[in-house]
Amino acid sequence: MKSTNFIDNLPKVYGIYTGGFIGFIIIMAIAEQMGMTAKAIGIAFVAFTVFIYALIGWLSRTAQADAYYVAGRQVPTVFNGMATAADWMSGASFVAMAGGIYFKGYGYMALLVGWTGGYVLVASLLAPYLRKFGCYTVPDFIGTRYGGNLARFSAVVVLTVASFTYVTAQINATGTIASVALDIPFQYAVYIGLISILLCSMLGGMRGVTWTQVAQYIVLIIAYLLPVFWISNKMGAGFFPHFMLADEVARIGELESQFGFVKNSAADLATVPKGLAGITKAHSAVNATPWAFISLALAMMMGTASLPHVMMRYFTTPSVKAARKSVGWSLFFIFLLYSSAPMLATLSKLSLIDPNLSTGIIGKSIAEVQAIDWYQNWNAANLMFVSDFNGNGTVELNEFFMGGKAVVLATPEIAGLPYVISGLVAAGGMAAAMSTADGLILAIANAISHDVYYKIIDPKAETAKRLVVARVLLVVIGFAGATIAAMEIQGILGSVIWAFDFAMSGLFFPLVLGVWWKRANRQGAVAGMLGGLAAGTWYLVWVRTGGSGFLGITQLTFGIFGSAVSLIAMVVVSLMTQEPDKATQKMVDEVRVPSGKTILGKQ
Amino acid sequence: MSNQEKHWEKSRGLLMITLAIWFVFSIGIFLFGAEMNEVTGPFGYPWTYWFTCQGSLGAFVILIFWFANRQEKIDEEFGFSEREDE
Repeated sequence: MKSTNFIDNLPKVYGIYTGGFIGFIIIMAIAEQMGMTAKAIGIAFVAFTVFIYALIGWLSRTAQADAYYVAGRQVPTVFNGMATAADWMSGASFVAMAGGIYFKGYGYMALLVGWTGGYVLVASLLAPYLRKFGCYTVPDFIGTRYGGNLARFSAVVVLTVASFTYVTAQINATGTIASVALDIPFQYAVYIGLISILLCSMLGGMRGVTWTQVAQYIVLIIAYLLPVFWISNKMGAGFFPHFMLADEVARIGELESQFGFVKNSAADLATVPKGLAGITKAHSAVNATPWAFISLALAMMMGTASLPHVMMRYFTTPSVKAARKSVGWSLFFIFLLYSSAPMLATLSKLSLIDPNLSTGIIGKSIAEVQAIDWYQNWNAANLMFVSDFNGNGTVELNEFFMGGKAVVLATPEIAGLPYVISGLVAAGGMAAAMSTADGLILAIANAISHDVYYKIIDPKAETAKRLVVARVLLVVIGFAGATIAAMEIQGILGSVIWAFDFAMSGLFFPLVLGVWWKRANRQGAVAGMLGGLAAGTWYLVWVRTGGSGFLGITQLTFGIFGSAVSLIAMVVVSLMTQEPDKATQKMVDEVRVPSGKTILGKQ
Repeated sequence: MSNQEKHWEKSRGLLMITLAIWFVFSIGIFLFGAEMNEVTGPFGYPWTYWFTCQGSLGAFVILIFWFANRQEKIDEEFGFSEREDE
């Protein structure tokens, strides 16, 4: 699977794969008509797709360090874009994003802007230069640019804190989906999810993860777009929802002012199952202060540019030029899903609240709603709830509650689509969570095996031994993540946002200034990484324990404070200490031009 | 000024332009979110709503490809682009 022949044949290979997957969907649809049960369809979808990923993982096995760490640096631009999109779009993007927009409206859409705008920073400030550097991991860049084991080790610490926060959420998401689709308890499903994740990455490292992520992107984008287009057509809202939902958006605004946002009493809300929410914010009206919106978007953008599992995807391209273009393709593939999430939220909300539609439940009697099939299913799954707070016998806007996940998972059923679509959506969610978890676990294991074990502890270790260490770490970190995920400490989305804040607190400025400011030196970088991480963590703990915060920085945007401290510490300490030696300055000059050998390739 | 210094100066200029455009679409327009949402924009959506759903996102995609092409031209101009056999 390593020959250039395989690379040339990629469009054909993935073309056949996509055709095969669509064929599988059609077979399932026919099987459903012939009486296959919903449960069997769900199992078939998840088992079939996971089997394919595992097969790709096995075919990509390797014993070479270059293939294991950076997929042999031969991943073509467009395919690397797809792999990055899958790497990037997590279970949270797939399952929770549309739900967040459904409940919170405009304020929440800051995440859409933040999680895409960050790629401009990746493309212009970092990715091409780090590719020229020729490193295996992000701490590899820090360690070589600034020199010294302390700088390298500090980068590993920040990377591990950020990525580990992120990965527990992803393993949690694979467990949730596996437990629903396979109908087994969550505590066991988490480990089934973990084994599927490890099957993709253990044998082939980055090479295995790259080719499974491309396969996972294809599954997740079909699974997201097909229902959106289908529902839009079925509702008569327009055949191309992205361009044709203005009337629907306006109609929601009209209904909102007609119903009004009635505030429920605390006693009433106490009867609502945990985790469910009602519609309390306007759908399209601007209901957040500019700073609340902008600070969240800014934190997510800077976090994007600091997350190592994204950055390392651009180490796999054949050239600096390809790395730049590849960032553009990544964002294009992400755009396809992100621009559809608000459309799904709009369709889902309108189909539930418009009394003129047959699916609308507002204004119907409580007993009538409680008798609907899909209501009973999702109520049993603890994702839907109605209650007659004002005692008038009909469902009001403030008396209907839903879980965030239900917007993606239940809308196909509410709109009356066949069950095969729900099975497809489960497979898509699984693909999204698995691909991100793979990238993250690999980022942590590679940093520890390459930077701590090989570069610091045992620089003479042979390749075979290094790769054994890397694989053992992969399993250990995976199990640690799954164990914490099984404890269900925090929600999926909250911990994802924290991961961005941790990453930007410790890594944003040390990475950017490493390329753009020649004067930046080792002492400054260490101060920036450790000071930023410590300051960000302190702020988070302070706000979580009742601190009031300042400048409107919340526990979701603490990275703004952390990175500000990091910048100041780095600049002040750098200027107070000696400037980097001539060799380092020359190295920075070479990083800045695409031509010539990579920095590490010369050593 | 050496060839490399000129190359870097031009690259830095491109970065500034890129970041300025990025700033407009990621932060600038949202300073006026409430005012802009009163006006009908593309496809009949309110302007701010359209930017958060599609407009800014699409602008970022175009911006990155534009940046990549410009940077390639700068690299070629000063003879720093990669050779195909590397």
